[in-house]
Amino acid sequence: MTGHFPPPPARGCSDTPVLKERGQHEVFCGLTGIIWLHRKMQDAFFLVVGSRTCAHLLQSAAGVMIFAEPRFATAILEETDLAGMADAQEELDRVVTQLLERRPDIRQLFLVGSCPSEVIKLDLGRAAERMSAQFAPRVRVLNYSGSGIETTFTQGEDACLAAMVPVLPDTDSRELLLVGALPDVVEQQALDLLEAMGIGPVRVLPAQSVEDDYGIGPNTVFALTQPFLSDTHAALTRRGARHIAAPFPFGEEGTTAWLSAVAAEFDVPQDLFESVTAAPRARARKAVSQASEGLRDRSVFFFPDSQLEIPLARFLTRECGMAAVEVGVPFLHRAIMSPDLDLLAEGPTLAEGQDVDKQLARCRAARPDLTVCGLGLANPLEAEGMATKWAIELVFTPVHFYEQAGDLAGLFSRPLRRRGLLKLEAAE
Amino acid sequence: MKLTVWTYEGPPHVGAMRVATGMKGLHYVLHAPQGDTYADLLFTMIERRDHRPPVTYTTFQARDLGADTADLFKTACLDAYDRFQPEAIIVGASCTAELIQDDPGGMSETLGLPVPVIPLELPSYQRKENFGADETFFQICRHLARPVEKTARITCNLIGPTALGFRHRDDITELTGLLLEMGIEVNVVAPMTARPSDIARLGAAHFNVLMYPETGESACRWMERELGLPFTKTVPIGVGATRDFVAEVAALTGVAATLDDTRLRLPWYSASVDSTYLTGKRVFLFGDGTHVAAAARIARDEMGFEVVGMGCYNREQARLIRSLAKDYGVEALITDDYLEVERRIEDLAPEMILGTQMERHIGKRLGIPCAVISAPVHVQDFPARYSPQMGIEGANVIFDTWVHPLVMGLEEHLLHMFRADFEFHDDAGASHHGGKATELADTETGGPAPQTPRRFNGKMKEDRAASSVEVVWLPAAEKELKKIPFFVRGKARRNTEVFAAERGVEEISVDTLYEAKAHYAR
Repeated sequence: MTGHFPPPPARGCSDTPVLKERGQHEVFCGLTGIIWLHRKMQDAFFLVVGSRTCAHLLQSAAGVMIFAEPRFATAILEETDLAGMADAQEELDRVVTQLLERRPDIRQLFLVGSCPSEVIKLDLGRAAERMSAQFAPRVRVLNYSGSGIETTFTQGEDACLAAMVPVLPDTDSRELLLVGALPDVVEQQALDLLEAMGIGPVRVLPAQSVEDDYGIGPNTVFALTQPFLSDTHAALTRRGARHIAAPFPFGEEGTTAWLSAVAAEFDVPQDLFESVTAAPRARARKAVSQASEGLRDRSVFFFPDSQLEIPLARFLTRECGMAAVEVGVPFLHRAIMSPDLDLLAEGPTLAEGQDVDKQLARCRAARPDLTVCGLGLANPLEAEGMATKWAIELVFTPVHFYEQAGDLAGLFSRPLRRRGLLKLEAAE
Repeated sequence: MKLTVWTYEGPPHVGAMRVATGMKGLHYVLHAPQGDTYADLLFTMIERRDHRPPVTYTTFQARDLGADTADLFKTACLDAYDRFQPEAIIVGASCTAELIQDDPGGMSETLGLPVPVIPLELPSYQRKENFGADETFFQICRHLARPVEKTARITCNLIGPTALGFRHRDDITELTGLLLEMGIEVNVVAPMTARPSDIARLGAAHFNVLMYPETGESACRWMERELGLPFTKTVPIGVGATRDFVAEVAALTGVAATLDDTRLRLPWYSASVDSTYLTGKRVFLFGDGTHVAAAARIARDEMGFEVVGMGCYNREQARLIRSLAKDYGVEALITDDYLEVERRIEDLAPEMILGTQMERHIGKRLGIPCAVISAPVHVQDFPARYSPQMGIEGANVIFDTWVHPLVMGLEEHLLHMFRADFEFHDDAGASHHGGKATELADTETGGPAPQTPRRFNGKMKEDRAASSVEVVWLPAAEKELKKIPFFVRGKARRNTEVFAAERGVEEISVDTLYEAKAHYAR
C-alpha cells in the first residue's frame, strides 16, 4: 500500500515533545466556521449574538459572499442589552421572530455564542430550548459557542457539529458516518468510492438538510474527514458510536490509508479495494508528481491556523519531498492525530498555541522556503523576502481525496513558481 | 439588539487601529480576546501593507478570565515596549474587554514606562469606527501636542488621513502640491505618516487643513482652541470646492489665491458635446458625509446630473447631510442599515448610484450603474495608480470614474438593442471574417422583443403579462416602424406594444406608434 512512498518512519512525531506557547495568537475565532458551514447546511441559519466586532469579522472573512443573501447574521448587542439580563432574552426572542418571519425557508437556527455574549453570561442554551419549543416542529433551534475565548477558527465547526449530535435520534443499525463539512464535489467522490466497495449505508455530518436526519447508536462507526473535530468525536463516542482511526485523506497516501481503515472495518476484500482504488491512485500520483515539481527538498514552516497543519505537513514531506521545519497547530488532539503523527518523520518542531512574535523570530531565523500562515502575516513576510502560502485557502478549496491531490500540491508550489517567474529587478 | 448582516463601519477600536497603523513609531496595545486579530488583514490585504499593523493584542482566552487578564495586559504592554521601542503607546479595550472592566489606562499607568502612554475610552456598544479614529487622534494630540514657536514661513498641517482611508494616500500628495503652488509648505501630515514626535510640533504650523472631518475634526477643534490654529472648512473635492478651498486658504493666510489649473480637464470634458447625454441623469448618493456632500455638488454643478436622493451612514455627519438635502430638495437618508438604502434606491429608481462597496452590489442587483465615492471599499479601491479625489487631478479622476459605468451602461444598452438586428444577432457571424449575415427568423414576425435598457428589467414581467392581449401591427404602422433607425427600432416596437396593450388597443396604427413615442419621450 505504501509502495510509492518512503516507508513509515522508524520514529514518527508521536513522542516528540510539543512546544506549548501562550501569548498573542494571530488566529481567527470560531465564528469564521459559519462562512463555510452555512453553504453546506442549506436550510440552516446562523445567528451570532455578539458585538459589531463579530459582524465586522464575518463581513471581512466572507468577502464578497456577504451580498448573496447569506444565511447568517449578527444580533448586535447594544447598551441597553448590557444593562439588564431579562431584557436580553426578550430582545433575542424579538430578533429571532423577526428573522424567521423574513426567512420562512429556515429549518435549523443556530444561536452562536461570541466573546461578548459569553462574558455577560447570556444563556443561549436556555434560549435555544425555549425557542425550539416555540417554533417546533418547523424550526429546530440549537446553540454553540464560536467565541474567540473558547474556539480557534475551525473549532467553530467542531462546536457546531457537536451541538447537533445530541439531538439526532437513536438507532441500532450499523451505519458509517462521515464527519466533517466537505465541498460537495469531494463529498460525492468519497461516497462513490465507498459505494464501489460495497460500504453502506453512509451518512454525512453535517447533512445538507434537517430532512436528511439519521440515527446514532452503538452500531454506528464514524470516520473523521477533518482533524479539528475533537468535541464532535467525544459527543459521538458518548452516544455509543465508535471512531475509525485513520490518517486524514490528503494526497494519495492519506486517502488510501483513510479508505483502507474504513474498508478494514467493513471487511472489504483486498482485491476489491485494489480494483476500486487503483485507477484514482494512479491519477493522484501523476497529478501530485507534476504539481509538486519545485517543492522537492524545499523547507516549509507552518504557523498555527486550522489544525490541518500536521496532516498537510505529512503530505508535503512524504508525497512532495519537502522538509518541515516547524509545524504549529492551535490545538493538538493526540488520539485523533496519532496516525498522522506516526507517519510524520521526526525532525520538525511541533508547536501548540502561539506567541506570534516569538514564532516569527523562529521563522525568520529558519528562513524556510515556504511559510504557511494567515493573511495578517502573509504580505508582511513576503515583503521580508519570504515566500508564503496563505492558510485559509486550504479550508475553502477542495483539497481532500484522490482527485484533489494534485490541486493540493499545486496550492503550495504556485507561490514558489511565481517567485521564480517574476523578474521585477532591473537587468544587470 | 439589532439584526445586522452588513456593517458600514467596524467597531471603534478598528478606528484606533487605523490611526496607529497610519502613524509610525506609535504602538497600540489592545486588550482583546483571541480572534480580534482578524482586523490585521484589513490592512495587510485590502490596503496591501507590507508590515504588520503596530498592534499587540492580549488575546485572552476563556481560561484567563478572572484576575489573570489584568496580568496578561501588563505583560503584553511591557513586551510590546521592549520589542518595538515606540515613542508612545496607546492602550485600550475591544468590545469584550470593555465588559470585563480591566481598565487598561489605569493598569498601564502603574507600569512606569518611559514613554507617554495614552489611554483610550472607546465605547464599543455605542460608537463606531470613525468615532474611534477621531477620538484616538484627538487623544494623541491632547497628550502630545504642545504650543511651540510658529515656523517663519507659512506652513500648515494636513489633518485626518489614516490607514484604510479611501484615497487618503493620493489626496495627501495632491494637496501638498496644490498648497506648494500657493507657497505654503506642509508642516506635518497626521495621523498618516506622522510620528509621535511630529505630533509634538503640530503647533508650529499657521493653520490646519482638515482633510476628512470624520477622522480629524475633534483634533482640529482642540488645536484651534489650545494652539490657536484655525482650520479649513472646505473639503477640496471637485472643481468648485477646490477653488473655494484655495480662496479660503488665501483668506486665512493672506497669500494670493493661486491655482494652476492647466492640468484640469473636468470642466472641458463635461462641457464637450459628448457629455450632453449626462444631462439630468438621476443619481443617488450614499457614503460618508464628507464624500457625499462633495459628490452632490460635483454631480449637480459640474456634471449636470439631477441628485434624486442622498444619505450617509455616519450619524456624526447627519446634520450636514440633512441641511444639504434640503438645499437639493430631496429627503436625507441617515442610516447604517443597507436594507434601508436598498429600499430607497428601489423607490427612487435612479439611473446611477454613487456610493460605497455596498451600493455597488445593490446596483449590480438592481442593474443600475454605480461608481464608488466613499469607504467602506474593497481591495480594488486601493489602486496602484495615482488616483486622488481631491484637487485638480482628483476632479479628473472623478470625471472618468463616474462616467465610466455610464458609458459602459450605454454600450451594453446598444449591444442589447443590436442583438435583434439582421447584422448583429447571435448567429450572424463576424462580417470581417467573411461570415454572411443571415436573416433572424422571427425578427419581423413578432418574436421576442429585443432587450431594452436594464432599468426596465424589474417591470418586464408585468409588461409581458399585460401584453398577453394579441396586438396587431397595421401595415402602415409596420412600414412606418421600418423608417426608424434600426438601433432604436426594437425599443420602439416594444414600447409601442406595451403602450397599446396597457390601453387595450389591439391594432397599432401610425397614430398609436407616435402616441407611444410621445408617451415615452423625456
